[in-house]
Amino acid sequence: MAGVVLQVVLVGLGSPLLVGVMRQVRARLEGRAGAGIWQPWRDLRKLMRRQPITPAGTGWMFRAAPLLLPGTALVVASVVPLVTTASPLDGVADLFAVTALLTLGSVALALAGLDTGTAFGGMGASREVTVLALVEPTILLSVFALSVPAGSTNLGDIVTAAAEHPLSLISPVSLLAAVALVIVSIAETGRIPVDNPATHLELTMIHEAMTLEYAGLDLALIEWASAMRLSLLLGLLAGLFAPWGIATAGAGPLALLVAAVVIALKVTVLGGLLAASEVFMAKLRLFRIPELLAGSFLMALLAVAASYFLA
Amino acid sequence: MTLRTVTDIRPRDVVHEAGALLGAGYRLALVSAHEQARGLEVVYLFTAAAPDRRTELRLLLPLERPAVDSLAGLSFPAGRFEREMRDLYGITPLGHPMPRRLVRHHHWPRGWYPMRAQTGPPPAFGDPEGPFPFVTVEGPAVYEIPVGPVHAGLIEPGHFRFSVVGESIIKLKARLWFVHRGLEKLFQGRDPADGLPLAERVSGDTSLGHALAFCLAVEEATGLEVNPAAHAGRAMLLELERLYNHVTDLGALCNDVAHSILNAQAGRVREQLLRINAEVTGHRLLRGAVTIGGVRLRALPDPGRLRAIGADIAEIAALAQGHSVIADRFTGTGILPARAARDLGTLGYVARASGLDVDARRDHPTLDLGPFSPVVQTDGDVLARFQVRVREIAASIELIARLAEGTAAGVDPSSGPRGTGVGIVEGWRGTILHRIELDSGGALRRVKIVDPSFFNWPALPVALSGAIVPDFPLVNKSFNLSYAGNDL
Repeated sequence: MAGVVLQVVLVGLGSPLLVGVMRQVRARLEGRAGAGIWQPWRDLRKLMRRQPITPAGTGWMFRAAPLLLPGTALVVASVVPLVTTASPLDGVADLFAVTALLTLGSVALALAGLDTGTAFGGMGASREVTVLALVEPTILLSVFALSVPAGSTNLGDIVTAAAEHPLSLISPVSLLAAVALVIVSIAETGRIPVDNPATHLELTMIHEAMTLEYAGLDLALIEWASAMRLSLLLGLLAGLFAPWGIATAGAGPLALLVAAVVIALKVTVLGGLLAASEVFMAKLRLFRIPELLAGSFLMALLAVAASYFLA
Repeated sequence: MTLRTVTDIRPRDVVHEAGALLGAGYRLALVSAHEQARGLEVVYLFTAAAPDRRTELRLLLPLERPAVDSLAGLSFPAGRFEREMRDLYGITPLGHPMPRRLVRHHHWPRGWYPMRAQTGPPPAFGDPEGPFPFVTVEGPAVYEIPVGPVHAGLIEPGHFRFSVVGESIIKLKARLWFVHRGLEKLFQGRDPADGLPLAERVSGDTSLGHALAFCLAVEEATGLEVNPAAHAGRAMLLELERLYNHVTDLGALCNDVAHSILNAQAGRVREQLLRINAEVTGHRLLRGAVTIGGVRLRALPDPGRLRAIGADIAEIAALAQGHSVIADRFTGTGILPARAARDLGTLGYVARASGLDVDARRDHPTLDLGPFSPVVQTDGDVLARFQVRVREIAASIELIARLAEGTAAGVDPSSGPRGTGVGIVEGWRGTILHRIELDSGGALRRVKIVDPSFFNWPALPVALSGAIVPDFPLVNKSFNLSYAGNDL
């Protein structure tokens, strides 16, 4: 139980810092000074003091999305094996539940974008759903491929099995699944080459277009949730493909603390690598994105097939 | 100065006379109206290259119910000039195919013509005429995306209305004219020297180009002789302005496809160029350097340093063009066909990227630049506009080096004072025209300014037909037109 609380607190507090680190890495590589790693937290603090505004004509969906998005992210944070594999929600901690929760958040935001009735909200929602339709099955399939050797779709069991047999990770299955999962994580979190989180050009936006009508606390919640989803997906990647250091059931406080430090390090390194690779990338033409995502889906499918043949 | 011929014609002959000039290879460069005691004078300025020729048709219309036959059937830009003239002076173009307002603001009451003498104070903001709807595109799944006039980021005001199916643009309408400052009227009654600071502020990124065009016009009107060395100094400054703007846009284009590292690098180079500007003229944006009859230089730019910067820029451009995703985004995006570019009368790098060999530095020279040929590409897409500007940077640096060595010679002596003058300058965006008239006391009576953006704006929706919505910012940036220079 303590492990899970630690895990949720770590994700909640650390995610904006991860975004700060990634922006700082990028700024330094581009030869800029950067705003420092605390800037996302400063932005959140600023936004939290401001009044949220509800545009005329919007309904309950617009109000619900800023609560659903961080809510689902926090539930996922308590389920995914980051610090510990022992979750009190073990019964629902399987990959289908996790994917469904992430999708619930995305769909809520897409519907909220439609609810505003503005052209940008609808445009962003339409693009987001196009991406989502290819992302979610790929997440499912790639994790599913890893679940075959473990014989369970429970994420904790998959990670435990992989930690016990680290050599099983060196296989075409995990390579294919890892590449697929990396690509969809980038798409899901709206990063280059799929989306550009730093742009001010409304017409090119995907994720940001849906949040244009939000202000104040609502916007802070959405930004915070986006940061959490990013660190959750990176954490999931780290847990599935480098499962060392994760505390198992019955671990003492010291082991939990070590596990927390280890996962923070792993996610920071992954985030830094992602930010560094973004410097060398450019944004794809919108119509090329489905090609990229279809490719990642194919790799996930191959991973599933390979996991049966190689098992 | 090249001799400019002026022909007084009867208003009913305008279509015939203009048709003859357009048929002889002239282009309509400027249309200017001016209210006088005896009536409204309208001047059509036609220019042609090789050799440099400038011909004006002048006609007089009555002050009551002025109307003139439209040239819109002969020339697309003429139709736009006529709409501008109607909105500012109330001169009706007869037989115009699209007699809608152009520069007239929403809150200007009908019959209020700001350039007329008896206009009175500007009206209060309001909505005197009710809605001014866009053409609605109908059909299954068509929806509209309104953007602007207030944008995110540092962009001038302009409203864009996209009619879209899915992501494909069916129709794009740009509604500009939100920044009318009454600039041409502000010139009236000023001493030419007092008009110069205004000319520098027509469009902030082209302060030198507009100042130079204004000075050339004043010099022609007053018969002031300018020595070749001053012309060479001015030409050098013109290239410096081109350099810093081209570099900025190369970086901005990369930024628009989310490759911001090259934008950061281009920003670094831009800063070096701005500092060179400050060393050469005392002003980072080259203001105050060109004076009537001369030029004020603190130092000459160092060709060696500029060549090093040129190599730097070439490397940035090569990195951009060698990047497969950037190449994919640029190639075939926003194609402006050569025919459309010619019919719309486009200028500058937009025209040259679509295969039109136009450049006022060669076509309307103020000094002999030696072997100089404009950079022309034929594809007309974002990549072509990018490449034209990359190559123009290299050409500009060579030109500055040659001018700094002082080998340039003057073209023609002045033809004496004549009361009116025309200045033609190839600014970084394209050909800038200023036409001025002086009164008997030597004060400015009428100044007409034409920024290349006036010609190029209609080309943007043409280039975007069939494009997808998320490519619009990229195509728009590859044109990079001025809102302020367009709406005076």
